[in-house]
Amino acid sequence: MPDAAPEATAGPDLLGDAELLRRLYRQMVLIRRFEERVHALRQSGALQGSAHLYVGQESVAVGVCARLRWNDYVASTHRGHGHAIAKGVDVARMMAELFGRETGTNHGKGGSMHIADAAVGMLGATGVVGAGVPMALGAALSARTRGTDQVAVAFFGDGAMGQGLVYECLNMSRIWKLPLVFVCENNGYAESTPVEYALGTKHLAGRAEAFGVPAATVDGQDVFAVYGEMGRAVARARGGGGPSFLECQTYRYYGHFIGDDPRRYRTAEEEAYYRARDCIERFERAVVGRGALAEAELRAIDEEVGRTIEAAVRFAEESRPPAPSALTTDVYAR
Amino acid sequence: MARELLFSRAENEALRQEMERDPTVILMGEDVAGGAGRADQGFIDAWGGPMGATKGLIQRFGPERVIDTPICEMGFIGAAVGAAVTGLRPVAELMFVNFVGVCLDPIMNEGAFLRYMLGGQVSVPLVIKTAIGATGRAPERGGGSAAQHSGSMYSIFAHVPGLKCVAPSDPYTAKGLLIAAIRDDDPVVYCSHRQLAGTKGEVPEAPYTVPIGKARTLRPGRDVTLVGIARMTGVCLEAADRLAGKGVEAEVVDLLSLSPLDEETLVESVRRTGHLVVVDEDTPRCSVARDVAAVIADRAVDHLDGPVKTVTAPHAPVPYSGVLEAAYVPTPEAVVAAALATLRD
Ligand SMILES: Cc1ncc(C[n+]2csc(CCOP(=O)(O)OP(=O)(O)O)c2C)c(N)n1
Ligand SMILES: [Mg+2]
Repeated sequence: MPDAAPEATAGPDLLGDAELLRRLYRQMVLIRRFEERVHALRQSGALQGSAHLYVGQESVAVGVCARLRWNDYVASTHRGHGHAIAKGVDVARMMAELFGRETGTNHGKGGSMHIADAAVGMLGATGVVGAGVPMALGAALSARTRGTDQVAVAFFGDGAMGQGLVYECLNMSRIWKLPLVFVCENNGYAESTPVEYALGTKHLAGRAEAFGVPAATVDGQDVFAVYGEMGRAVARARGGGGPSFLECQTYRYYGHFIGDDPRRYRTAEEEAYYRARDCIERFERAVVGRGALAEAELRAIDEEVGRTIEAAVRFAEESRPPAPSALTTDVYAR
Repeated sequence: MARELLFSRAENEALRQEMERDPTVILMGEDVAGGAGRADQGFIDAWGGPMGATKGLIQRFGPERVIDTPICEMGFIGAAVGAAVTGLRPVAELMFVNFVGVCLDPIMNEGAFLRYMLGGQVSVPLVIKTAIGATGRAPERGGGSAAQHSGSMYSIFAHVPGLKCVAPSDPYTAKGLLIAAIRDDDPVVYCSHRQLAGTKGEVPEAPYTVPIGKARTLRPGRDVTLVGIARMTGVCLEAADRLAGKGVEAEVVDLLSLSPLDEETLVESVRRTGHLVVVDEDTPRCSVARDVAAVIADRAVDHLDGPVKTVTAPHAPVPYSGVLEAAYVPTPEAVVAAALATLRD
């Protein structure tokens, strides 16, 4: 393992787009602060409920979603807060959902694992590993059948690559040339199980290629690398060229869920290696180091994000829980 | 003083003792040990399965018999069926019962039907061990685990001929039913309520079985029969205490075996009490609760002195919000009200 973290790979075209840079930075920081606030609320006992934190992987969701339009589709996973924020879901309504409140994205019925917002193409997260992939495939099929140029993205983990249905979807996406991007977030673990044990390899892109789906492996801790590869995949999808597969190599900083101690299955050295490649720090070094944004600008964004998160917590706390009658609403359409 | 064990330790002891007794018993599932393949780095048994119920087994029996699987329930449970018909007694861990959605085929079309379809040529001595139930977190702030991780759903298994299905209510029945399930020559789904995992109770150290197909009368009473399943048995006991304060003697029957169903114990109890309340955390349509009600309607209607009442979850998925989850699960108050209602009618 080399010690020095490689610099983020921003080319001159990106470094010249200050507006994009601010957006990428703000979203990564917004996700991180949201997750850290959720962690603190859980630690203090102020909040309860299952939650899987996305900290460490922010550059994947942000790099991918920065290439999407508001009405493109995203299907997510149990570790879905980052996907939702990057797709534009309101963090106050997300926080209210975690608090089980009526004002939450799902009116308190779904919680952390199922955050959805149809208004921004967030189809929702599923807690069943792999199940979001056919959802996204169906959305891609629907877009094509309806004659729109919408694109669908399936986020899933390395663990999901154990499930047969992912391969069924690779096959269908290829034979029907669907506007679908498979985004596999390989964070090295499914719960406590290392990817090299469960999948016999650390490299997953070759599996997609075997189905005839163009695939790339990217440094998922480099938002520019993700953004660049995703640009090619989305252009292919929108242009009628069919599916793509992106393996984003990344790392989750916390345990599998809040309360899981990852040191039971991974070393401090490994954690330090990935933390030295932290996506936000690398972004900052690349962007400030080369004068594309001033450091003061980033600090101003940090402050604004901090206020946004505190307002989200206040909104959640002040919102009412659902009425008992909500128990049996929305079981059916009518 | 009798020995007390946690529910999850009682399950652990059952697995350990059966694996010691019978070398054909194997365990497979996601993170049943955890940190797989990293023993050389000093990582072994990183998780020990859901609720830690399988902790310590890999050190004793090794990775050939305590097998961490990839996430592929359809594949590894299908493989467990194949192993069962060729001489092993696999215990396959299905982390939460809702995930039956991805592996019903090997459980039903293969595991349950094989013996019959093949004219009795094979047996399928397989155990599917799975977690059921709501979280019981009922905070003002937050919630539980929502629809995909909190279901009970055992009525799906009870519906399938060829499958057996059991649901222990305390550490004693946990150990005894799990051992019985492992020794049984048919596929048995063993449903472990997540809220019971941390409860304590008396558990004999020597191996023993609690028979599959038998209910257990926990508290005698002559006025009304309360039938409970898994955690709902405790809810019935609490309701019985409260009813005693109102001068009503409730009999509490712990169902334990959802399939086969112990019709005799149920019929016999209702013949004496004349009133029945069935308490079930599962949703009501085509449920075990209504199956029990139907048996009584069929076989003991002449002995009924009031309507049969069922106290169940509503016909809805499990909600996340703590406030809603608390309203979803049957409570002692609801059981008391149902008992008083059937006694009044
Ligand atoms: C079908 C199914 N099996 C098991 C689980 C339990 N489970 C939840 S997350 C998880 C690991 C998922 O790993 P991965 O896909 O790599 O995603 P990550 O948690 O690393 O983001 C498992 C086994 C589940 N939710 N669904
Ligand atoms: Mg993973």
